[in-house]
Amino acid sequence: MTAPLLRPKRKNPVLRTRLPTLPPAIRSRVALGLTAAAARGSFELQVCRDCATVQYPPREACCACLSDRLDWRVQNGAGELISETLLRHSQELFFRERVPWRLGMVRLDCGPTVIAYLHGDCPAAPARMRIRACLDRAGQAVLVALPEKETPNMADDRQLREMTCDPKFRKVLVTDGKTAAGQAVVEAVAAAGADLIWVGHAEPWKKLPGFDRLKAIPQVALLPLDVTNSRSVKEIAGEIGGRVDILINTADHHRNFGIASRHGVETARAEMETNYLALLRLAQEFAPAMRARGADGQSSAVAWVNLLSIFALSNFPPHGTYSASKAAALSLAQCLRAEMRASGVRVVNVFPGPIDDEWNQQLLPPKLAPAALAAAIVKALQDGIEDVYPGDVAQEWLARWRDNPKALERELAAGAG
Amino acid sequence: MSAETLLQLVNAFAAGRIRVVDLTQTLSPDFPQIVLPPEMGQCWPFRIEEVSRYDERGPAWYWNNFSCGEHTGTHFDAPIHWISGKDLPNNSTDTIPVENFIAAACVIDCSQESAADPDFLLTVDFIRDWEKRHGPIPRRSWVLMRTDWSKRTDPIAFQNFDETGQHTPGPDADAVKFLVNDRDVLGFGSEAIGTDAGQAYHLRPPYPCHYYMHGAGRYGLQCLANLDLLPPTGSVIICPPLKIKQGSGSPLRVLGLVPGG
Repeated sequence: MTAPLLRPKRKNPVLRTRLPTLPPAIRSRVALGLTAAAARGSFELQVCRDCATVQYPPREACCACLSDRLDWRVQNGAGELISETLLRHSQELFFRERVPWRLGMVRLDCGPTVIAYLHGDCPAAPARMRIRACLDRAGQAVLVALPEKETPNMADDRQLREMTCDPKFRKVLVTDGKTAAGQAVVEAVAAAGADLIWVGHAEPWKKLPGFDRLKAIPQVALLPLDVTNSRSVKEIAGEIGGRVDILINTADHHRNFGIASRHGVETARAEMETNYLALLRLAQEFAPAMRARGADGQSSAVAWVNLLSIFALSNFPPHGTYSASKAAALSLAQCLRAEMRASGVRVVNVFPGPIDDEWNQQLLPPKLAPAALAAAIVKALQDGIEDVYPGDVAQEWLARWRDNPKALERELAAGAG
Repeated sequence: MSAETLLQLVNAFAAGRIRVVDLTQTLSPDFPQIVLPPEMGQCWPFRIEEVSRYDERGPAWYWNNFSCGEHTGTHFDAPIHWISGKDLPNNSTDTIPVENFIAAACVIDCSQESAADPDFLLTVDFIRDWEKRHGPIPRRSWVLMRTDWSKRTDPIAFQNFDETGQHTPGPDADAVKFLVNDRDVLGFGSEAIGTDAGQAYHLRPPYPCHYYMHGAGRYGLQCLANLDLLPPTGSVIICPPLKIKQGSGSPLRVLGLVPGG
């Protein structure tokens, strides 16, 4: 059984903060298929379309019949641990700082044998395991063997925590606590054991429903943060930036217009201001300190979460300018992810379908409840997922987009949301 | 008028016989802007972005770009701002005769009443009572409603919202008609976010100060400060808005000239 994580002692300020190091990050292009699936929380392996062989590691051709007709297919990861070893020395800085490191060979029921990190609760071989593909600090997929059944405090395993971004005992900034989604996120990270939650709120003279409820949460500290105001972002980053372990950008400006349904650019500009430029402001002011704290002990800086929209993938014309602003934000989030990579701080992009709020009032269900969105964000942090598509609509749009983006464009243009 | 008069004026400034009072709120991102229902078009708050600050973006100079609405901070309302004034001649910031930007001001002190009741409405009776003490309001002068609202430095108290909207003082419809029709004033100024009261949407007509003042080609000033430093009568204010082509208003610096020394 994993020893439960304890609240870390306060940092010794006379010691140098350890700099982040990364596990080996080089992968072939074909091996990135494993990463692409792990980024969504999925374990996929190549399956040969001709002979049905499942293979690992990823290759250009089938290891059994040399066919190049290989498809990435979801695997359940069930298998048997056949041997294990303990890494006690490594020339890789990342592992050198973390040895001993437990590794094992697992023969998957679907065929191949894989080398995986072994969770501390895995019994000695032979034993049944389940393999999960996780993103490591370098953002690349690695395989982790977990005990077949849940064990107490499983998430607190030392090796597993190197893959995940658990909010437990971490300090979290939620940039906008006034929206329904923002409030739900605050409540969810509080329930997940966050140590302290700064909650940004702009325009304090506007009283919005539900906001006062947040004041009753013991970990919550309210902050006058307006992400459309560069001076405000700079000021708050100066005040707390060096202590933020997880930043969750919930700021969102959503109006329901296409091009023809609204005169002028004012509404579109307001959307860009909050959905795109605010991300740039936050990234410029908060990311440097977070990058420096990527290996700052048990509660290091670990994740940056962007609340995007499934409309970022393909324009939803009734909310056309909003979609465009979210597409811009997605592009910038990719830049941020690249710039954060060396620090090991994960950039998590969340692509919900329509949230059940006042700006989606006229859309038919299913709509994503703010609490369900918040739960998906916390789960993504706990599981180490990078691209989150919470809810049925997001999943369905994602499937259609991956299958044929042009077809989805045509369907959305025809009103088949 | 002789050149000597102007010289006397300048000498009076130099000798401190005319005090200059700044009636302007500082333009800052923290100063609240007018609130409209979120589905409507919105007035921008004041925002400022650094262009360079003696750095790689410009090694020897510091400067900013700023953005704001025409109705952000201490600002001027031109008649074209309201639908009632849309077809008047010389109704925008670029066409208003410049001599209208310097005029006498009457300051009606409603500070006690506004402290007691944030929804206080200035009435004809209240104005007539003021006139009994200070004489009739001269034609073509500004009427400034002193409420000490500008002393509410906390933006929450300044905006003063509850679930029924904003609660700030302003004139009632009859008072505005009286000022326009019977006193021929140049304009109306207030300390709160608008010349109209916070609840003026529920007056008849809605927003009477905007409706009647601008309908008659008169002007507005709002978010004024330091009105408590002006005498009830005898001051002059200088309030030229930016010369925006077809502008409906503009942030501006408002100065009050007060006899002193």
